[in-house]
Parts: sequence; structure tokens; C-alpha cells
Amino acid sequence: MAVASARSFLLTSIGKKYLMGLTGLIWAGFVFAHMAGNMLIFVGADAYNKYGHFLTSGYFIYVAEAVLVLSLLVHVGCAISLTIENRAARPTRYAVTPNGSKGVTLASMTMAFHGSIILVFIITHLITFKFGTYYETTVDGVVMRDLHRLMIEVFQNPTYVFWYVISLVLLGFHLSHGVGSIFQSLGLRNDRTAPTIQKASCLYGVVVAAGFLSQPIYVFFFAG
Amino acid sequence: MAGTSQKKLNLKLKVWRQKSNKDQGSFVEINAEGVSEDASFLEMLDQVNESLIKKGDDPIAFDHDCREGICGSCGFMINGNAHGPQKGTTVCQLHMRAFKDGDSIVLEPWRATAFPVIKDLMVNRSAFDRIISAGGFISVDTGNAPDANGLPVPKPDADEAFANATCIGCGACVASCKNASAMLFTSAKVSHLALLPQGQVEKTERVLRMVAQMDSEGFGSCTSTGACSAACPKEIKLTSIARMNRELLAATLNKKEAVEGDGV
Repeated sequence: MAVASARSFLLTSIGKKYLMGLTGLIWAGFVFAHMAGNMLIFVGADAYNKYGHFLTSGYFIYVAEAVLVLSLLVHVGCAISLTIENRAARPTRYAVTPNGSKGVTLASMTMAFHGSIILVFIITHLITFKFGTYYETTVDGVVMRDLHRLMIEVFQNPTYVFWYVISLVLLGFHLSHGVGSIFQSLGLRNDRTAPTIQKASCLYGVVVAAGFLSQPIYVFFFAG
Repeated sequence: MAGTSQKKLNLKLKVWRQKSNKDQGSFVEINAEGVSEDASFLEMLDQVNESLIKKGDDPIAFDHDCREGICGSCGFMINGNAHGPQKGTTVCQLHMRAFKDGDSIVLEPWRATAFPVIKDLMVNRSAFDRIISAGGFISVDTGNAPDANGLPVPKPDADEAFANATCIGCGACVASCKNASAMLFTSAKVSHLALLPQGQVEKTERVLRMVAQMDSEGFGSCTSTGACSAACPKEIKLTSIARMNRELLAATLNKKEAVEGDGV
């Protein structure tokens, strides 16, 4: 009985939004932690490599990766399914776009677009770094991967830096609408908290995007 | 008449004309001349229709009834905005003083798979009726009217329930949503009854059935753009949708299966 009701709940349009929200929450938390951790670029090569070595030693990394990959698959899967349903619900567009006080934010209208770009970015980002050139270094007598060297090399390429800048701005955009929507989809928003959640959501997007952007831009201009 | 404006407007209307649901439909340009600023939008269309009838043309079909903003019959897109440019206003309560002489105005019906066009600016909104029949009511015993304060309701709950009960079911939320989602409409109905003691008995079944009906009608899902709430002539809030989502999860967790002998 429980399984049947859980299944029918998750198959409703609202159930899919719950899944989008929960998986979005996991990724929103991850990108913030990832951005904050990468700030070690500003501390130095050894600190950065030691941090990377610490994260990849032990079983934690496998659990984290499994959760992230699964969340991403569910998030993208639900997004595709919902987008198909939504396009079918409104196949004809209006001749004039709504404007003035009845207009809406650009970010909220274009989630599928930046979502797709971000997905491509995640794949290219993994190919470049996780599965990229394996340099070795020794810090405090421990042999570890020299991710710092790879990162400095990659961010000397203007095309690469440009692609990062575009993708990260779009990520900020995606988060500025997405984080607030998590609260809406999970039913955690009310009239009292809604305005604060909206502002916090925008701030979250700006902080994550600005934090991430500072890294390739700093490396490109100052750490070559 | 004293105090009324003598200014007359000449407008260019671009109206969606479609003979029936099977017809393709297209925009037709029609001039509206000598329109009083004091006329409502629908009165302006009445005037245009009179001249169309005199010329032997088919008048523009549009839904309307009370013309005082409370029945939910009227509504179409004016320059891309559901019910026109003013917030908290139905088309019948929109006046021509909101427009300038020489303006071009594009009129389109609500567009959604679940709202097929009947003719011109009229759409079939019976999908909303089916969502209501699925659970948007309370079952009460007949008999004498109960005492007004027989059942205490906290004032904030009463206000919130009332704010949601003001939904007139016009369909502007569906029309303005990029996903043609009926979440604002359904959530207003769910919220209205979930907040009141009278609605508690059927609370669980109501939200489960109404959401299932809403999905089966072919409406889209909510992307939280807020377009629905901005277009709503009764200004139903987006947080009603959050409440419906909460109610649906709670209903899924609390649902009790009927067993043999329950008399069901």
C-alpha cells in the first residue's frame, strides 16, 4: 500500500516537482561547498592539492559521487518529462509576450535552457579535471595528484575561461530561480517567508556564481 | 453626463478569429472608432460588434456575464496580458482610459490544450468544472442553517480561506502560465477548504482527487514563474500552490485504505 501511494504521488505533476526540488537542493548545496573548497586556489598549490587528496581518500567520495550522479539523473529525467508535458499543455504561443506588471523574471522562463547548458558544462568539466591529465606531486611526504598544475594549465586557455564564465553565469541564473523554487515545490513557503526566500535565492545565485568566477579569472590574469 | 470625459479613441484591433475548434483561425484587423474613454473593454467590443453586424459580418464571440468582475466568465489576452494591463482586474472591469488614441491592441483567446477554442475569443473551460467535481466541495447534511458562530474559526484562517475563496475560475492563471498549469486555480480551491473546519472531513481525498483530475486534463506543471498570480484578477497568491503541495504530501502519507465492512 505504502509503495503504491508513494508511486502514485511521485507520478503526479507535483510529485515530480518534489523530486526536482529535493535533487536540486542536493546540487545547490554541493555547488556551494565546491565553490567554497576551491577558494583554496587563493591560498596555494599545496593547500589546494591536500584538500583534493583529503576528499578523494576513503569511501566518502564514492558515496558522495553516487548521491550526486543519482540526483542529477533524477533532476534531468524529471526536467525532460515535465518539459515535454508542459510543451504539450501549451503548444501555441501568444503573438505578444506578457509585459509590465504582469511580466515575469527571465530566469524563471528559461530554466530548461540554462539547465541544458549546465549539464553540458558538468560533462566537459568532469572530462577536463576528474578524467584529465594525471600529474603527481609530493606534499609533506605524501604522493598525491597535482590538480593545481592541471587547473593552472587549463585556465591559461582563453576559450576555456570564456566557456567557464558563460556556464557559471548561467549556473548563477539557474540557482537564483531554482533555490527559491525548492521551497515552493516542497511546500515550505508561506506569505511571511516568501519575500525573504526570494531575496535569499537571488543572493545564493550571485554568491555561488561570483565565487566560482573569481577562480578561473584570477588564474587567467594573475597566476599564469 | 456630468463629469464624464468627451475624449474619443480610435483604435486598431488585431483580433483572433476562429470559426470553430476545427478551424485554423487567424488574426483579423478591425478598427474601433469613436470609443469613449469611459467605456469598459467589453462595451468597446459590443460597439465593434454592432458595426460588424450592420455590415453583415460575424460579430466577435467572447464570454461575458455579470460585467462586474465577480462571475469569472470573461477573459482573453490583451497585448499578451491576461485580462489586460491592469493588475487585479477582469476584462469587464478594464476601462478604455487605460489605452491611448491610436493604440494597436492584440486580442487572443486563452491558449491551452485543456482549454480548446470554441469560437474567436471563447474557450471551453469545463476542465475546471471537472476539477471542482473531483473534490472542490464539502458534504453537508441538509437542514436548518447552522448558527453563524456555532463553529469557531480563527480570524487569520478565515481571512486566508476567504482570500482563496475569491477565485472566480476565469482561467487567467492557465492562460498566462507558460506551461498552461492549473495549479493556482486548484490550489485556491484546496486552500479555501483545507483552512476551514468544515473542510477537514474530506481533506485527504479532496487534494488527491483534485490533483489527479488536474493532471489528467492535460494542464502543465508549476515552474514558479509567478505569471499566474500576477495575472489573477483576484490576486490569489503563489503561496497557495506551496500549501497544495504540502497538502498533497500529507494526504499521501495519511491516506487510509477502505476495508471490507466500512460500507464503501
